[in-house]
Amino acid sequence: MPSLDLAVVAIDLCVFIKLSETMQIYLPIAEVSVNAFLLLGLGGFVGVLSGMFGVGGGFLMTPLLFFIGIPPAVAVATEANQIVASSFSGALAHLRRKTVDLRMGTVLLSGGLIGAVLGLYVFNYLKALGQVDLLVKLCYVVFLGIIGSLMFVESLNAIRRSRSETNVINRTNRHKGLVHTLPLKMRFKTSGLYISVVPPLAVGILVGILSAIMGVGGGFIMVPAMIYILGMPTKVVVGTSLFQIIFVTGFTTLLHATTNYTVDIALAVLLLIGGVIGAQIGTQIGAKMQAEQLRILLSLVVILVCLKLAMDLLIEPAELFSLGKLGT
Amino acid sequence: MRILSLAIIFLMLSKTFVTSEQIVLGLSQDEVAITANFDGSQILLFGAIQRDAPEPDGKMGVIITIAGPSKPIAVRKKEKRFGIWVNNQTVEVDAAPSFYAVATNAPFSEILLDVEDLRNKISIERAIRSVGAPMHIEDSQSFTEAVIRIRKDQKLYQLLESKILVDRNTLFRTAIDMPANLTEGDYFTQIFLTRDGKIVSQFDTTIDVKKVGLERFLFNLSRQNPLIYGLMSLAIAIFAGWVASSFFRYIRHT
Repeated sequence: MPSLDLAVVAIDLCVFIKLSETMQIYLPIAEVSVNAFLLLGLGGFVGVLSGMFGVGGGFLMTPLLFFIGIPPAVAVATEANQIVASSFSGALAHLRRKTVDLRMGTVLLSGGLIGAVLGLYVFNYLKALGQVDLLVKLCYVVFLGIIGSLMFVESLNAIRRSRSETNVINRTNRHKGLVHTLPLKMRFKTSGLYISVVPPLAVGILVGILSAIMGVGGGFIMVPAMIYILGMPTKVVVGTSLFQIIFVTGFTTLLHATTNYTVDIALAVLLLIGGVIGAQIGTQIGAKMQAEQLRILLSLVVILVCLKLAMDLLIEPAELFSLGKLGT
Repeated sequence: MRILSLAIIFLMLSKTFVTSEQIVLGLSQDEVAITANFDGSQILLFGAIQRDAPEPDGKMGVIITIAGPSKPIAVRKKEKRFGIWVNNQTVEVDAAPSFYAVATNAPFSEILLDVEDLRNKISIERAIRSVGAPMHIEDSQSFTEAVIRIRKDQKLYQLLESKILVDRNTLFRTAIDMPANLTEGDYFTQIFLTRDGKIVSQFDTTIDVKKVGLERFLFNLSRQNPLIYGLMSLAIAIFAGWVASSFFRYIRHT
C-alpha cells in the first residue's frame, strides 16, 4: 500500500516540521538562537559528504556556518573542536590496524603546533583590526577555488581516461630531488623513507596555520602533500594525517578558547551528532557509487560554496555598516 | 532674593503638581531567563495612574522605555578595495544600549516636547551617544544612524508608537517583545507620564536579564576558566564522537 506509506511519511514530516519550529536552541557562546534541527541537518549533510568521499568536511562546514549566521570567529573555533572529535575514532581505527607512521606524525605535529600559534597570532591581530571575517572568507575563497577546480579537472580527466580504455598510470617520477638534498635526514621506518625533516615540518606548519585561521583539519592539503612531496606510501597516509589532525586541531581549539572565548560546545556537539549519523549513511552511498562520479560531485559542491563566498565579497552589500565589540 | 523665593514657590508648585498624578506599575516578570531553548521573550507592563485630585487638563501621554546595558561598540563601514568589499573606516560609539524599546500611547511627537526628550534622552536617536569620532571621518553621523538601522532590523531597537493601551485615562498596559539575542544585565525600565508634552511623573525599575542553568554555567566557565572550558569541550566532543561511532559499529555488527 504505497499510498498509505506516503501518507504516513507526510504526517511524520508534518510532525517533524511542527517540532522543528519550536526547537530553537540558544547557543551560549555564539549568543544566537538557532534551530537545533538545522544544526543537526547541517552536521548530517556534511557528514554524508565526508562519509562518501572520506574527507574531514571542516572546509565545507565552516562556510555553511557563516551562511546560517554564526559569527565567523565562533564558526572557526567550534569547527576545530568538532574535527578533533570526528577524527578521533578514525585515528583509533588506523592505530589498531598499525597504519599510522607515528614518527612522521610527530614531525608533522611539531610543525602543526608552530603553525597553529602563527596562525592564531595573525587571526587575533586581524581581529583587533576588524578584518578577521575578511581574512577567513578570503582564505576560503582561495582554497576552495583551487581545490574545487583541481578536483573537477582531475576527475573529468579520469573519466575520459577510463572511457578511452588506455589506462596509462604515470607515477614513475615523483619529484624527490628536493626532499633528498635537504639536511637533517631522518629514517621513517613505517613509511620506508629516509628523508629530511624540513619538508614534513613545512607541511605541518602550513596545515597548522590553516587550522587556526580556517578551522579545518587540513587533510585536503596534507594528504596530497604526503603522497606527492614526501613520497609516503598511500597505506599510511590517511592514518598519519588523522593522527596529526587530532592534536593540531585540539591545540587550536585550546588557543581559541583561551584567547577569544569563541568555542561553543553546544554547537559542536549538535554538529557532531548530525555528522556521525551522516557519515554512516555517506559510507553506504559511497560504496555504491563510482569514485570519479563522486569526485565530480564533491568538486561541484566545493566550487558552489566558493562562488557563494566570493559573491558576498564582490557584490556591494545591502548594509555597508557592521557592528562589532570594541577591543576584541 | 525675590528670584530665590520665586524659585522656591515654583519648586513647591511643581512638586505638588507632580504628586497630584502618580504612576503605579506592575510587571508580568522582573526577570528574563535565557535558557537553552530561549527564543525571545514578551514582557507585559501594566499600571495605573493614581490621582489625589481631579484629572488635570491637557493631553495625557504615557511613555515606557526599556534600555539594556550600554556598551561601547565599534561601527565599521565597508568600502570597495581591490575589487572586494572590506571594512575600512571604524567609529567608536561610546554608549549605545544593547536593547532599547520605546512604547507610547499616541504618536511620539504629540505627547513629548523636544526639550523634554533632550533632557531625558527618551527617543532612540537621543539614547545613543557618540562623542569622539575621529576627525578624518566626515560623516560620523551616518555611523550612529547605522547602529540604529541595524539594531532596528534585529528588533533590538523598537519604536512602538500608540502601542500602549490606556483605559479611562488611568489604567495602561503594553507588551514588549524582546528578541533572542539579548545581552545579559540590568534592563533599566522607565515610565513617564506627560501632560501637554511635559513630564509630570516618572517611575523607574529594572528587569534582570540573565542566562540561567547550563547556559550560564558554560558561558561563565568559558570566560573565567577558559583553559578548563577548552579542555572540557575537547573531552566532551571526543567522548560524544567515540560513543556515537561505537554505537553505529555495534549496530552494524549485530
